[in-house]
Amino acid sequence: MHLTHDAALGINLLHANQEGADHNRAHFDEWGITCFNIMSSPGAGKTVLLEKTLATLSNTLKIAVIEGDMTTELDADRLRQYGVPVIAINTGRSCHLDSRMVAGGIHRLVHEYDPTQLDLVLVENVGNLVCPAEFEVGEHAKVALLSVTEGEDKPLKYPVMFREADCLLITKIDLAPYLDVDLNRIEANIRQINPDVTVIQVSAKTGQGLDQWFEWVRRQCH
Amino acid sequence: MTNDEMHETDMTKALIVTLHDWWEAQLERPKIAKVHLIVGKFTCVEPVSLEFAFEVQTRNTFLEGATLEIQETPLIAFCHRCQQEYRPEIGIQYACPDCRSPMDDIRSGRELKIDRVEYATEGLGIADCRF
Repeated sequence: MHLTHDAALGINLLHANQEGADHNRAHFDEWGITCFNIMSSPGAGKTVLLEKTLATLSNTLKIAVIEGDMTTELDADRLRQYGVPVIAINTGRSCHLDSRMVAGGIHRLVHEYDPTQLDLVLVENVGNLVCPAEFEVGEHAKVALLSVTEGEDKPLKYPVMFREADCLLITKIDLAPYLDVDLNRIEANIRQINPDVTVIQVSAKTGQGLDQWFEWVRRQCH
Repeated sequence: MTNDEMHETDMTKALIVTLHDWWEAQLERPKIAKVHLIVGKFTCVEPVSLEFAFEVQTRNTFLEGATLEIQETPLIAFCHRCQQEYRPEIGIQYACPDCRSPMDDIRSGRELKIDRVEYATEGLGIADCRF
């Protein structure tokens, strides 16, 4: 009998994760839920953006949050004040969420709430510019945040996340006048890598640009 | 452990899970001696860290003793305006060097692929060695 000595696979290294992500997305679709994967480096303002979003949109959209940031329970408590389901995932020492962790979050969510009543699930990823971009969790859109304090060249140095983003929020723009930073330069650097991305400049502090963000969110929902 | 090293640990875990799923589905399961990967330059994977993490994380698993062989592929983009391929300088410049159009079409550099595995044969070492 001939023994095979070599096997061609030609499959993606992240195949197992991708299968899980597709499975999660199929559930979301079945329930009529839109899901965003929200990513940034630590401290770019993901949680405060979620707070502003919940404060304004939770009247018209039924929203749930899956919270993966490593600071977890603190962030989760901040968000629960808005009366929406918040599932905190313990990511351990992992530097990003993967589809299996989010599947666990979904299971806990549907155990406590009727998913068909929900319109939008916001997944707050672990603060990290490198890894989350490669690990899909079942989202319909990727939202990336970049704060003006991080510098103009971040999109060039950490290009993959900015390439994959559907919406890019330049945050903390109220600080721009105090920094040696050119907002147009940041946007140009992002567009070099991702010409079709929606770029919105926001300040959670002054409220500038938030209406544009809310409008973008509403448009994505089924 | 730095954030980057931690990342390779997670990436390796993902690789091992994918390989395990595939291996479990095979009828015959000879010992795997080598795993060939194709990794693009425009990904979040650092080959050297991946090799190290693979060696550590495969201990006492079905992949014990297997090595990783990583073939890197360059970042190549295609400029539709100039109708030509170019190589963006990662970290510096991604737009077309001639017409400054943004990097739109990526033709190479996003690969994260398990290309093939080599099986070990008893007494001979790696199967496709010729003696």
